[in-house]
Amino acid sequence: MSMRRNHLTEPLMAAVVWCTAGVVTLILVWLVGDLVWQGGGQVNWTFLTTSPEKAGVEGGIAPILVSTGLILTVCMAVATPLGLGTAILLTEFSSQAGPFGRAVRLSLDILAGVPSIVFGLFGNALFSKRLGLGFSILSGGLTLACMVLPILIRSVQEGLQAVPQDYRRSSAALGLSRTATLGTLILPAAMPGIMVGLLLGIGRAIAETAALIFTSGYVDRMPSSLFDSGRSLSIHIYDLATNIAGGEPHAYATALVLMGTLILINGGVSWLAHRFRQSRLQVI
Amino acid sequence: MSLYRSDRNLVFVLQILSAISGAVLLLIVGFLLLETLPILQEIGWWRFFSDPAWYPTSQQFNITPMVVGTLLVTFGAVSLATPLGILSAIFCQYYAPTALATIYRRLIELLAGIPSVVYGFWGLVVLVPIIGRLHPPGPSLLAGILILAVMILPTVMLVTDSSLTAIPDHYWTGSQALGLGTWATVRGVCLPAARSGLITGVMLATARALGETLAVLMVCGNIVQVPQQVFDPVRTLTANIALEMAYALEQHRAALFVSGLVLMIGVTLLVLLSELIQPQS
Repeated sequence: MSMRRNHLTEPLMAAVVWCTAGVVTLILVWLVGDLVWQGGGQVNWTFLTTSPEKAGVEGGIAPILVSTGLILTVCMAVATPLGLGTAILLTEFSSQAGPFGRAVRLSLDILAGVPSIVFGLFGNALFSKRLGLGFSILSGGLTLACMVLPILIRSVQEGLQAVPQDYRRSSAALGLSRTATLGTLILPAAMPGIMVGLLLGIGRAIAETAALIFTSGYVDRMPSSLFDSGRSLSIHIYDLATNIAGGEPHAYATALVLMGTLILINGGVSWLAHRFRQSRLQVI
Repeated sequence: MSLYRSDRNLVFVLQILSAISGAVLLLIVGFLLLETLPILQEIGWWRFFSDPAWYPTSQQFNITPMVVGTLLVTFGAVSLATPLGILSAIFCQYYAPTALATIYRRLIELLAGIPSVVYGFWGLVVLVPIIGRLHPPGPSLLAGILILAVMILPTVMLVTDSSLTAIPDHYWTGSQALGLGTWATVRGVCLPAARSGLITGVMLATARALGETLAVLMVCGNIVQVPQQVFDPVRTLTANIALEMAYALEQHRAALFVSGLVLMIGVTLLVLLSELIQPQS
């Protein structure tokens, strides 16, 4: 009896497993195929280089690309030094960091789980209202900087941990200070890992919408300074899809541009990670 | 180990940078409390669950329908994504040929990288009309559950996948030597061995579903009500904040910060719990 059941269960479960994989693949193909199919025909040089007209139903996305770029620049300019500094302290000077390091680590773990809409509330309360920055590229970029810190720090830490311990020991045996070791050996060796962290941070920031709605705002004109409100690609998609009649075609096109950028970033991440592994193999 | 003078300077700078990074969480909690304390002192916690309805401009602050909406969407999405995610990981580890498994893993990573606004948009233009044809109106609890399930599936799959990878090879060979089939080994040996990883994956996915805004905002219909069936529109806590924050003033604004605080507490508890469960490496 049990033998017979076993004979049935094995092929049945194999079928279930293969079907699950098939269904998930189909959904992905459907989603990406739909974006490419509907958006592909509209993405061209004119679309990327002209201003939106009639709330985005006509024209292009040039100011939105510029705003997105500026928000990302502010975000990474603030998050990079903070992230690198924290990751170096937690990894390379963990004996000096002590309980302080543990507290920072726990706080970052919790921060990684905070919903993006809560970052939006916080950014609105601190940057837009308390610091008086209003709806601006600066408010949006600073809010995103807080949001990408955990993922940035975690991947830079992984990059640093992957540098063989021998580097540190031989350098200490030669009497080099740890600062010199870090600058001349560890950081260059960990550079691909650090780049992966930065790219992951940019990827997370560029995909974000909820944290930007009430920090960087909706304005779709070309920004003239960091204190202007600027609309990101993601907010443009949201606005076209939900608030604008007939906005769908350009929402598709913008979504395709956003997806294309993200796929480039992800490609960069896996290429760098691959190269990192190979260079380590050569060293060892 | 003693440090050089230059090292001490560096550590000092690094500590300042780390202190700022660590302070972000305190700032967030601080500002949430700062914005919510006045209203909590004035009307208290209880009115957020006992008021007759959510009309924040007329001093009625009942967030219960939104809490129920959030819980239903999350529960539905997690109970769909968990089996699909775990089966996907099993597919990669034990059923698919290596080349296919690599491709499939790449696909799931791609799925993980798609922005929530794109999921929401796709749900709005593709999924919602299909549901609308089956059972009007279309924007509904069901649409939210389906979109969210696709969104959190990669989290379950990737965490499960990496904890299955960590199982020692001899578990597998031993089970094969006993003449057990693939599925019997997976069910009897591999899944129990990877249990803590599975639970962590599901909890992270739950936290992600609780806090997700854009996708549910775009497909759920956003009517403040406790849904009677899956085809009814719902509004989640996150959608409520995103919809009303733009024009909310004073007590209304404070009430939205209260819903943010509720979300933050829920997610933090989940994260802490999953850290406790995770085996210490």
